Amino acid sequence: MTQEAQKERSMILQKEMIDGLFNDLAKAKETGKKVCYTFIPGNLSELIRTFDMLPVYPEINALQSAMRKKSAAYIKEAERNAHSEDVCTYVKCDVGMMMKGNIGPTGLKIPEPDILLLSYTGCFTFLKWFETLKREYPNAKVIMVHTPYQENGVMTPEMTEYMVKQFKEEVIPQMEAVTGIKYDEEKLKRHLVLAKEAQDWITKIFDTTKHRPSPIDAYFAGVYYIGPINIGFRGTQEAVDYYKELYSEIQERIRLGLGPITPEGEMKEEKYRLVVEGPPNWTSFREFWKIFYDMGAVIVASSYTKVGGVYDMGWRHDSTRPLESLAEYCMNCYTNLNIPQRIDLLSKCITEYQADGYITNSIKSCNSFSAGQLPMMREIEDRLEVPVGFIESDLVDPRYFSYSNIKNRLESYFQMLEQRKVIHESEEV
Amino acid sequence: MNKYYLGIDLGSTTSKAVIINEKDEIVGRGITNTRANYKVAADIAREEAIYDARFTLLSHKINQDMISKPEFKKYMKDLRNTFQYGQFKRRMDSLEETLIRTVSNFTYANKEALAIELKKIINHIRPQIHHEFINGDLGSKNQFFRDIVSERYNLEVGKMGTEYYEPLMLAFDKSITPVENEMVQYSFDELVHESMKILDEKYLGLVDQQEDGSKEDWYYAELNAVKNNYKNVELTLRQHIDDIAGEEIHIAKMTGTGYGRALLPFPEDCIRSEILCHAFGAHAIFPNTRTVLDIGGQDTKAIQVDSHGLVTSFHMNDRCAAGCGRYLGYIADEFGISLNELGPEANKATKETVICSTCTVFAGAEVKELLHNGEERPNILAGLHKAIVQRAMSLIARSGGVKNEFTFTGGVARNEAVLKYVKQMIIDSYGEVTMNIHTDSIFMGALGGAMFARRNISADLPAAKKTVAMEE
Repeated sequence: MTQEAQKERSMILQKEMIDGLFNDLAKAKETGKKVCYTFIPGNLSELIRTFDMLPVYPEINALQSAMRKKSAAYIKEAERNAHSEDVCTYVKCDVGMMMKGNIGPTGLKIPEPDILLLSYTGCFTFLKWFETLKREYPNAKVIMVHTPYQENGVMTPEMTEYMVKQFKEEVIPQMEAVTGIKYDEEKLKRHLVLAKEAQDWITKIFDTTKHRPSPIDAYFAGVYYIGPINIGFRGTQEAVDYYKELYSEIQERIRLGLGPITPEGEMKEEKYRLVVEGPPNWTSFREFWKIFYDMGAVIVASSYTKVGGVYDMGWRHDSTRPLESLAEYCMNCYTNLNIPQRIDLLSKCITEYQADGYITNSIKSCNSFSAGQLPMMREIEDRLEVPVGFIESDLVDPRYFSYSNIKNRLESYFQMLEQRKVIHESEEV
Repeated sequence: MNKYYLGIDLGSTTSKAVIINEKDEIVGRGITNTRANYKVAADIAREEAIYDARFTLLSHKINQDMISKPEFKKYMKDLRNTFQYGQFKRRMDSLEETLIRTVSNFTYANKEALAIELKKIINHIRPQIHHEFINGDLGSKNQFFRDIVSERYNLEVGKMGTEYYEPLMLAFDKSITPVENEMVQYSFDELVHESMKILDEKYLGLVDQQEDGSKEDWYYAELNAVKNNYKNVELTLRQHIDDIAGEEIHIAKMTGTGYGRALLPFPEDCIRSEILCHAFGAHAIFPNTRTVLDIGGQDTKAIQVDSHGLVTSFHMNDRCAAGCGRYLGYIADEFGISLNELGPEANKATKETVICSTCTVFAGAEVKELLHNGEERPNILAGLHKAIVQRAMSLIARSGGVKNEFTFTGGVARNEAVLKYVKQMIIDSYGEVTMNIHTDSIFMGALGGAMFARRNISADLPAAKKTVAMEE
């Protein structure tokens, strides 16, 4: 991964956790562990753990492939197999990887799925993705849960009940059938206690950007920080330990007055504080990041780091209402919030973390994120009078990342911020 | 010593330079086509702007005469055209030499015959161009060296058989690029004196023109006045020319902008985004502007500005450059007409043919199909122009729409059909708003750059130090 320059203990911990997971996956057939493919938004990590299964996240594999510059070949492979140019590139990258032997990010083979679990249906592509995988893996059991959208900005008791019913009648019985393990609610509750603990820590971590300089970058480094909580470790002691460690490292940075760590060392001067909406580009992640830190721009909050769960507003897993809280978790992921909720959330971030600007990265592949991005940006601009910027790229298809175009727009954007600063400073004088 | 400020806008199609004085008044403009060697393009634009500034200073000196005496006005106009011819002639000498050398290096069996034909062409087009500059108004047509020569050269070569056509076209392609990419130095006073000599000859041989009703009255008035009084004008000018030629145009600070700005031989803190420069320039000319649309060679920008002329948000085309100036260039090539003819031709349309393709290259294929089906050329062109403007309108909408005064800038603002559709669609979408289009639209980016330079706000680079705050 990145940041060879400075290896903090938390980074080593994270690497061990991920290596451990992929080793377990590689040995799953020998150890008899069942493998559950599922997606980050609304993932039922604690329930999967309750049944002693190992999770595989196809979109994580896709982004990892992109960072290792393998996505172009995988996408080509999928397109050769009749996936159109307009299909989500996460899907094509994953399908291509599978066709080329399903070798995961650590170089070890990823086992076939025993279960394809879809617990968030807000992304229509997810449905089609698993339909495709089902054809490739006819022995896998497909479990689909319908997640109601927060159309009116609330999760009603009826919505929760509707989901719990699906858990009780569909998900749990099928998981029992596949794993041969009886559902153990006490075990689930123990995972939920630990999940809540990790959520508390990660909330505190992302809240440290209140400091000046911000000790972390909540987007470019944030995507690493959300790793453990999103890819199957939520609900484990390991995740809690990782976040405790990370938090204490960040506290130390605050004490020393240090800015965020970048691939080229400490960021020297914090010139602009930004909030970013939309996923990052993974194929040119370093180059993309560099444009920001070279300009002294730090991201103090991002919507993407909330993709696996929105904890800012106080929501937590609750072991006293285990299945209900799983239901709420699914419905409360970022892209399941309606547009006014997202605007409120981002506005809160801009205000609380004193951001100088707001940038949208519009992703060609991702309808879940892209729908509503422009009106959101306009509303935020009007409401907070904050300078907004708009760039376009893609998740994992290198053909849709134009470095010079993005750099040109960002340079213009930063110069615009700088001008406004000069004006405001001279007005204050 | 007077201080001047320079802005250079290195665009994908043209490079522009503007020189302003300490009152933000434009004293010089220069424009040339962008070529492989960016530095040469920037230098030529700058040199042009400096010549232009000298002419401006000269005009200031004889301002009273210019206002009251028609012969002064006419003489100055002719002098500038003739001056341009002088510049053209020097580059043409170089092209002629290069063409002859290129042909002599050919391995074609008929290369001797080629050399003879080449000489014939050159001997044919050179006097023709000379005439158009001196007696016509070629100098004020904003055409670049390459366009002026190639238009006439191609016409002549086109009349020949294939044994000459292909080698001579090849010779031109091989010769024009090095010639365009070399910097030719001119001395202002030498060129002015040379021009005055040419004008002497021109006016001496001029017979009184009788009014035949084909021209406006002032035309004859100016011509007859200059014919009888040119010696007087010369006398007055000679008193100033040496001063003007000797005056140092001191560029106190400069700013580079445009698509090629990173390649300009400027210090980093003198480079600024074209979005900010276009907005600042447009706002300077039209201070109530709140929305700027800039259509350049390869990008279209919709920019919102505040009362200081500072950008509050912007939207640009991404992933695809269809709908920009280059699209028009491509279409002009498809129709075999020049860029300048596109707009007038489109305005002859009786209706707008619907063009479906969102891609420049596909639009080319669609055009061929439409022509094949008997669609009228002006109607197709009207449809293409409309399609461009529709794309721009979508960007304006995405950037927040038109809230107040609207200003249209960039090279494409010179196209009358684009203008027509912009006006129409802005009114349709946003009602009757004030719309500004200035003859200097193409120079707005360079003007904004020069204004930033005068204000001494360094561009946003972490290392750069700000010295003076904005004085608005």
